[in-house]
Amino acid sequence: MRRIVVLLPVAVFAALVGLMISLLTDSERNDDLSRLPSALIGKPAPETSLPPINATIPGGFSTADLKGQVSLVNVFASWCIPCLAEHPQIESLAERGVPVYGINHRDKPEAAETWLRRHGNPYIAVGADLDARASIDWGVTGVPETFIIDRNGVITYKHVGPITQDALDKKILPKLREAAGG
Amino acid sequence: MNRLFTILILMMIVLAAPVGPAQAVLPDEVLDDPALEARARAISTELRCVVCQNQSIDDSDAEIARDLRLLVRERLVVGDSDKQVMGYIVARYGDFVLLRPPWQPNTYTLWLAPPLMAFIIATLAVMFFRNYQVRKAAGLGPDPLSPDDRAELDALVERIASTTPPSSGQMGQFREELAEGLKPHPDEPAETGESEETKTGEANAPSSDTQTVADNTNESERTR
Repeated sequence: MRRIVVLLPVAVFAALVGLMISLLTDSERNDDLSRLPSALIGKPAPETSLPPINATIPGGFSTADLKGQVSLVNVFASWCIPCLAEHPQIESLAERGVPVYGINHRDKPEAAETWLRRHGNPYIAVGADLDARASIDWGVTGVPETFIIDRNGVITYKHVGPITQDALDKKILPKLREAAGG
Repeated sequence: MNRLFTILILMMIVLAAPVGPAQAVLPDEVLDDPALEARARAISTELRCVVCQNQSIDDSDAEIARDLRLLVRERLVVGDSDKQVMGYIVARYGDFVLLRPPWQPNTYTLWLAPPLMAFIIATLAVMFFRNYQVRKAAGLGPDPLSPDDRAELDALVERIASTTPPSSGQMGQFREELAEGLKPHPDEPAETGESEETKTGEANAPSSDTQTVADNTNESERTR
């Protein structure tokens, strides 16, 4: 009996340490904990209507354009380095036939144009969000962020940060399939 | 030394003096209507700058904080109530933007855990205190020794007594010491006082034990 009483705090402490280690090393959970849950998942995409960056880049789009297809909305900027890192993955998605819409977040039109010319333009349409008002409507906290919109115009998934090859294979593509099937 | 201390104290006072929150609101953001501006400030202090974790949009210099401040003011100018403005932002960024978590099912644990803990601790404290008072009133000291402990202690005392010449007076002294919580090392029985020590030293055939005791005494004398 006495031994149990003596060992109890040790056991409780060991259990706590074990729990903390498992929480810290579980990368999947870490990923979720460090990211904000979006308030918009399962809700209709916010009403936005964005003008084109300039006459040379195809674009300007509004939320109504998204309906009737499973699409991606990617928030990017020419000054954003992670956006460049995810650019090949965005292009590969466009090559697979996924309609990708771009929200050009707080960017100079010339800078955005140069960036798209240099690195390629995978977007069906790019809307200029000069004052970041549309980004706020979409609950964007930083660039890049990517949304998956289903046929009914409902946001089914939000990816915060660059889409790495790993994220493309493990998250974006399965979620796109899910959105298409559902 | 004294001066250094004074300077340190002064520094502490200066640093502890209430300093107004750093203002991030820029002049061009401020509304003309002071009443609306005051409401905007109040709302802004309740909203989290979502990229800076624990800073309100009112005192963050982040771009998104500025955008949200402008948005809050815009909504107020349009005629939204404070609640509507909050709702507008929460609809976009979720409950996370609220620096003060709302009272709803998924925050019950958050809100209830501290008072619950305080209640448990207070209850335990009262229980311990009552127990202590009852024992005190009954003339009891701390918990009495269990029979096992009692036997162990008696055996120890017997052992100590057996290493020194059998003397009922000394035996009684050990018992007193043990009752007082002093626990002399069984191999070094005499640590009571110098006069006692010399006595035992004289009474005993000089052994290594008494030698060390004598050494100790000398040392303590020297340091004195």
